[in-house]
Amino acid sequence: MEENLLLDAIERYRNGEMSDEEKISFEELRKINSNIDKIVVDHNFFLDELERMSDLKSLKHNLDNVESKLINEGFIPHNGGKAKSKVIFLWNKYRRTIAVAAAIAGVVSLSTASLISKYSENKKVGVITPLVDNKLNQFEHKLNQIEHKLNDATLASAKPKFEANFRATGFLVDGNGYIITNAHVVQNAKNLIVENKKGDQFYASPVYSNITTDLAILKITDSLFKKVNELPYTFTKSSAELAEPIFTLGYPREEVVYGEGYLSAKSGYYGDTTSYQISISVNPGNSGGPVIDKDGEIIGIISSKETNADGVVFAIKSKNIYNALREIKKDNDINIKLPTRNSLKDLSRVKQIKKLEDFIYKVKGN
Amino acid sequence: MKTYDHEEALLKGLAANDSNSIETIYRENYLAIQAFIVKNSGHPDDARDIFQEAMIVLFEKAKSSSFTLSCQLQTYLYSICRRLWLKKLQRQNRLGREIEPDHQVVAVEDEISLHEKMNSDIVLMENAMMKLGEPCKSLLEAFYIEKRSMPEIAALFGYTNADNAKTQKYKCLVRLKKIFFTHYKNTD
Repeated sequence: MEENLLLDAIERYRNGEMSDEEKISFEELRKINSNIDKIVVDHNFFLDELERMSDLKSLKHNLDNVESKLINEGFIPHNGGKAKSKVIFLWNKYRRTIAVAAAIAGVVSLSTASLISKYSENKKVGVITPLVDNKLNQFEHKLNQIEHKLNDATLASAKPKFEANFRATGFLVDGNGYIITNAHVVQNAKNLIVENKKGDQFYASPVYSNITTDLAILKITDSLFKKVNELPYTFTKSSAELAEPIFTLGYPREEVVYGEGYLSAKSGYYGDTTSYQISISVNPGNSGGPVIDKDGEIIGIISSKETNADGVVFAIKSKNIYNALREIKKDNDINIKLPTRNSLKDLSRVKQIKKLEDFIYKVKGN
Repeated sequence: MKTYDHEEALLKGLAANDSNSIETIYRENYLAIQAFIVKNSGHPDDARDIFQEAMIVLFEKAKSSSFTLSCQLQTYLYSICRRLWLKKLQRQNRLGREIEPDHQVVAVEDEISLHEKMNSDIVLMENAMMKLGEPCKSLLEAFYIEKRSMPEIAALFGYTNADNAKTQKYKCLVRLKKIFFTHYKNTD
């Protein structure tokens, strides 16, 4: 008997699709041929596993639904930001998964299962460096403050006694004071301040933070902040192309720094399809910075780089921002509107930067 | 024996993946578990994860025909969650002392080691599926997970007839089995 016929027979036997006669001859066959019997046992075991995976998937789905229903109802208390212990927990929980996955060489595509995206996220903890600058150069900061004070003596820029212990980048997604950055930037911060190029500082607080996608959205809560009517850039939903030239602005130093590079892969670390791999020079502090294409469309957000390789940087695809905004709308009923008009197209790079840089912020906190 | 019947019904519901039963189990048990975990240096987020995992353990038990509850459901869930939480603390080296139960507990070590074994098998299967690539992955999922019929699958994937789809499914299945068993044997 050919193997495909045999497998087919096993499945029909299992599903009770055989006639009584056929059943008897099938059972007879197993008895007399030990090879066939072994194939049947193996295949049944395999089908059991498949079935169990399918059952667990639907159970997990149901558990998640019930859980979010109870959270919405207020039965299960919920706090927005996830604590650090959570990451450690997931790391531990899926460590075994990671070992197994590493054993299967060349895992290329990510399944949509949350298990997988969680484990991919957690690998970032181990092998990838998040680009937050925790060793703030206080001297440079002071120098800058003095410089700003000299430039604009009337502006009360520095917040009193705010000692930041990390710095990263963020940028406006909505002129009403919504700034996007990475979740790993803000996850352990007690206080957050955002600072623009001029050195004006504003208090901000997270309205959204998702460790899995590594996106966070902050709202500037400071009354000093003046609304921006029109942001010059737009956010693309479509996928960027390989080799596309890109650039970024960010705060690896106290001063805004420009960097350019290209898109090197359409997926991120370990095949993570929610990010790109880009080749660009970045440093701690660049986390949360925009990745912009030549037309001034934002294609992604810088999140991390591979620790042991140069110029291997990962950026979260812009598409994820749309999902985040939908979640915010659903959970907090806040309507954040992304800019719809791009006024950077066909400008020289220098002019593009001039128009852009006012909306890129330092994100600091302690 | 009203509670007993009530709990048996809940377990049957859980085994059938019925969301009303799941919701009732949550409502009757979740807060006690969260209180326990928060009291023992956990975060409410940890409680949600632990509770979900305990529900999966309970689901696996409830599905096996031989299982009957030998104590109250609440005690059983509490015991599982406590054990899972202790294990988690141990993995993080955060456990300084044994956590004194503030509630009656039953032995659940066997359940949990079985659950861990089953968990790693599932992970193997998921990884094998990932490694398989498209269209094989979707094809097999359509047949074995979504339980679609062969003519349906043929239409969905653009095969001219059900027989061609079946041949393709067979090829994919053989590849998946090969990947799965290679790693299954390696890890045993």
